[in-house]
Parts: sequence; C-alpha cells; structure tokens
Amino acid sequence: MKLHRLLLAPSLGTILIFMALPIALTTLYSILSPAQYGGVIWQPSGEAYVRLLFERDIFDDTLSFNADYLQILGRSVVQAGIATILCLMIGLPTAWFIATRPPAQKSLCLMLVTVPYWVNLLVRTIALLLMLRDEGPINGALQSMGLADGPLPLAYNNFAIGLGLVSSFLPFMILPLYAAIERFDFSLLEAAYDLHASRWQAVRSVILPILRPGLIAGGLLVFIPGIGSYLAPDILGGGKTLMLGNLIGMQFQGSRNWPFGAALSTVLMSVTLIALILVARRAAREEA
Amino acid sequence: MQDHGDACRLTGLGRTYGRGTSAHHALGGIDLAIRANEFFTLLGPSGCGKTTLLRLIAGFDQPTVGEIAIFGRNVAGMPPEDRPVNTVFQHYALFPHLTVAENVGFALRMLGRPRAEIAATVARMVELVGLEGMEQRRPDQLSGGQKQRVALARALAPGPKILLLDEPLSALDAKLRQRMRSELKALQRETGITFVFVTHDQDEALAMSDRIAVMQGGRVQQLGRPEEIYEAPANRFVADFIGGANLIPARMGPEGAMAEGLGTIPATGTSGAEVTLAIRPERLAILPAGGHQPGDLGPLVVAERIYMGNELSFRLEGAAVPLHVTLPRGGLRGALDFAPGDRVALRPETGAIRVLAS
Ligand SMILES: Nc1ncnc2c1ncn2[C@@H]1O[C@H](COP(=O)(O)OP(=O)(O)O)[C@@H](O)[C@H]1O
Ligand SMILES: [Mg+2]
Repeated sequence: MKLHRLLLAPSLGTILIFMALPIALTTLYSILSPAQYGGVIWQPSGEAYVRLLFERDIFDDTLSFNADYLQILGRSVVQAGIATILCLMIGLPTAWFIATRPPAQKSLCLMLVTVPYWVNLLVRTIALLLMLRDEGPINGALQSMGLADGPLPLAYNNFAIGLGLVSSFLPFMILPLYAAIERFDFSLLEAAYDLHASRWQAVRSVILPILRPGLIAGGLLVFIPGIGSYLAPDILGGGKTLMLGNLIGMQFQGSRNWPFGAALSTVLMSVTLIALILVARRAAREEA
Repeated sequence: MQDHGDACRLTGLGRTYGRGTSAHHALGGIDLAIRANEFFTLLGPSGCGKTTLLRLIAGFDQPTVGEIAIFGRNVAGMPPEDRPVNTVFQHYALFPHLTVAENVGFALRMLGRPRAEIAATVARMVELVGLEGMEQRRPDQLSGGQKQRVALARALAPGPKILLLDEPLSALDAKLRQRMRSELKALQRETGITFVFVTHDQDEALAMSDRIAVMQGGRVQQLGRPEEIYEAPANRFVADFIGGANLIPARMGPEGAMAEGLGTIPATGTSGAEVTLAIRPERLAILPAGGHQPGDLGPLVVAERIYMGNELSFRLEGAAVPLHVTLPRGGLRGALDFAPGDRVALRPETGAIRVLAS
C-alpha cells in the first residue's frame, strides 16, 4: 500500500507542478490588479472579468456593453468547429484507407502522416503562407493557366486560418481514428450488408456508432487546441482577424494587462472544460 | 425444368486466390444443386473451402469461374444486400453497440419496414430462439449460447429463403452443442427455410443433415444422404474422414482382394489392380484365433486395449496397417474381452467391406 503511493508520487508531482499550479496561478492572477509594466499587484479586483463584457468610460467610469471580446470568443469557437469538421471529413477516409492497407504499407502511411511534425509548427505555418500569398506558387499557377485574372485572396483571411488549423491538427484526428478502425471487426460490415444494409446505411448504423469513441477523441484533440490556437491566426490571418489565443498573447506582451489575459485564459479553460464534461456525460449516458 | 425445385444451383464454380505461380485454387469445379427446404451440409476439414463457398453464395466474394443461381435466378454481380440469403457468422458478428432486440430487428430497419411490424417480428424471433427477457441486453452481456441464438434470430428475422450457417456450433461447449443440434434441426423443419450448414464435425453433419456434400481440397468428394456417405463412402478420403474406417491396401486376385496378413476377401475387380479395403471399426466381430472359419480374417495380435466407457476398442497388429475394432459395451458382444498379446481373428459383417479404387 505504501509502495503504491510512493510509485504514484512522480506522476502526481508532475501533474501538480505542470498543470494544477499554473491553472491555479492563472485563476489567481485573473482576480488581481494589473501592474503598470506587466505583472500584478496583490490587490483583489474583478475588473478583468468586467472588461470581458463592458467598456469603462475613461472620464465618468460608467459601464457600457461591449461585445468585441465575446465576438472573438465566438469566432474562435466557430473557426475551431469548422476546422474540426473538415479534419473529420478528411481524416475518416484517410484513417480508413491506412487501416485497411497490408501491414507493411500501414506503418509507411502512418509515418507519412507524422512526417510534417518533424518540422516546427512555426516553419510549417510560414511555408503555408508563402504558398498562399498573392505572389505564391498557387496564385502563380492559377494565373498562368488562365484560371484567374488576378491573384485570388488566399492569404490573410479566415480561409487561410482555417486551412492552417486543418493542416496543423489533421494528424490528431487521423491517429485516434486509425486506432479505432484498426480495432474494428470487419465481419460486422459483412453482417450489415448481409442484413440488407446499403453502403450508406452500413456507414451510419454500424461504422460511425462503433467508431464513436475514436471520433470523439479526434474531435477533442482538434477542437481544444484549435480554439486557443495562436500561430495560424497570427501568421496566416496577418493579425487582422483575432482569435482568442492572439488576444491572450497580446495581454501578456503589448498591453501588459496580465489579469485580463489571465481572465481570458480562465474563460477559455472553463469553456473547454464544460464542453469536455458535456461530451463525457453524453458518452456515459449512451453506455448505460 | 428441374431448376425451380432448387434453392441454390452451383455450376462449375471455382475461386482462385492470387495469380500466376502463387495462385491457390480454394474451390474448383463445384457442381451442386441444393434443394428447396432441405438441410444441406458442407462437411470437410479446415481449409477445404467451406467458408469460401458460403461467401460466394452470400455475395461477399465473387467466383473466378462458374455460376450461382438462387431459385432459378443468376445472381452474378448481385450485391449481398439484395440476395434473399442471410448468414449466421462463425463468430456471430453481433453488433456490439446494439441491444439484442436492435440486433434482431436490424435487417427490417434497413429494409424500412414499419415500426409495428419490426416490433412484432422481433418479439416472434426472440421467442422462437428462447431469448425472452434478454431483449435489452447488449452482446457483451450474453453467454456464448445466447449470442448464438441472437445471431440465428437476427438472420431469420428478414425471412430469408436460404440461411447460411458457418460452423455455428463450433464455439460452444460439448453439452450445449448437442442441444443446439436438435434445436437447429427443429427450427429448420418448422420454418421450412433451406439451410446450408457448414461444419468440420462429422457427427454434427450425420445427425442433422438431409444431404451432405463432403469436401476436400476445394472439391466435392461425395454428395449424398448421411447413410450413403457413411455406409458407402466413394473414396479413401470420405471413408477415413467420416467415422474413421480401417483402410487396408490390397491387390485384386482371382478369388477376391488379397490383403497382407488377412487372407483373401471376396470382391470383384480387375485382377492385379491395387485397391483399398475400407472397413468400419464397429462392423467387425472379434473372436479368439482358434475357431477360424472360412471368411474370417487373421490371425492377428492384440497390441492395445482402449477402454472408452460405452465402448471397448482394440488395436490389432499383423496386417499391412494397424487395424481398429470397436465393441459396444453391454449386450451379447459386451462380454467379450481380450488382453494385449492375445491372438484373434476378425469376422466382418456382411457388406461391411468396401473396395475402393487405389
Ligand atoms: N482471402 C484469401 N486469400 C488467400 N487465400 C484464402 C483467402 N481466403 C481463404 N483462402 C484459402 O482458401 C482455402 C479455403 O479457405 P476456407 O474457405 O476459409 O476454408 P474452410 O472454411 O473450409 O476452413 C484455404 O486454403 C485458405 O487459406
Ligand atoms: Mg471456415
């Protein structure tokens, strides 16, 4: 019994130092007052949370409703949601293809999926920007083939951000789905056809429900980092369209308002946590 | 035309895996007519092509050559979901995310039948296989025998004209297997559905079937009623595989087949031809070597006495191959017993010896 606890100590310690402590600190900072050049003053204040929804008039201190930050949160959720759905639509057939290859080809395909990860995300994101630019190879090719008169606006917009999110998080969708399909018993598919299911019916009534845990895992692994992503909007969006990650980054760098940044982080964590709990609850209910 | 009495007609059917030098003929030259309403069994050792044949009939796989007609209709290119055929899979393949009732109603849901009809059919099927009260369970909450019944009810629910069963009893323990045999047979008689039953177990095949096709190496070795298969095996393989006959090499002489250490056995055939004599172990009487009569075989020496409860079995040496003789316990012959080293003779029942070419 004692040995048991001792063996748990390293992992518990790691969780405490690298997860619980930063979360506690962030939450704590969010209810303190900002110092002038970054950092915090140890003086409790709810100002950071008030700022999320209201603007304080600099002359008479009156509060007026301000939806800017809510909009950024909403945009982040929508962007991450779209990226998740796209990853799902691309990832499911890809994972299916890989899982149904002969063993030797399987490992090769899996390696190919992970190859982009040998290159730093920043480098990959900039490379994608270079591709999408007005002077980039894609626009160049489209124009030389006469498919476009002028450069198409591929970079510095929501399209570019979405593309960036999909390309950076796609493997997180493919890998759990691959694992789920790998375990899938293909005689169930034959059974479905035998029992008069059409292709689509077999997908809907047998494949998707059985792959659900993999779909949920992949979805969370894309959605959660997607909603707080920093690099894709910063570089591919040209800093024009903010997502939550950029807004938080700005508070700790340019604006030097640590409590507000901490409050935004806390809100982001809460939203994520609530989403997680809802998913887990639904899964548990369907199990029962 | 004879065709319309046949549930399933296979003509020149073959399936080859791979090509060129690595080609493997899993099935070849299969010609079979499975009659409507019969309990038809494909019997053969593992790897002889039974599953391959079922998959061709179900439509999961396409023949390399030949034709399949189901109730007179050529089904080439017809996908499995359109064939009036359902399958009980070897490992059941129950949908793990659905309850018993949902599994049984699956096919009807896919066919878009009205809810009330589905509910009624599911209730009827669940009752038919004796699973009342289990409707809301999931497959992982069922025993092997219960899963087997769900698989059966699920395949019967859409009302197939032909039911394919791939070794459905092989995963069950001996006692349950025995009971399921009778139940399956009764079910087949009640429903009148044509059963194509696959097994490697000869007892199962003999006990349940109207007709049996014995398969080996992708070919049908013999087709017939259980009695015909057992009493009159067509070749060495069938004689050995069904019931384990003594297979004795012999050469045809002027008065019959001459077998080393056994003497001459009355039989007709081309003089000088090499033949195999097939004799069932239970169709030989064993007697002390002294009272040798004409027609008796031997003398032989008891090499081993094997007690098996309801039977007593002896291994005899002295012929070209060791011979096995089985005596039932009890009754008149039950009193007889021999010990290793005893000299004995064998007296075959009339018609017990079959002469097989080569
Ligand atoms: N998909 C396949 N590819 C190559 N060979 C196969 C395939 N399926 C079956 N076989 C071969 O065909 C033969 C018959 O197999 P099968 O029909 O499964 O036998 P059974 O069901 O009688 O045990 C076996 O030798 C098997 O190895
Ligand atoms: Mg098989």
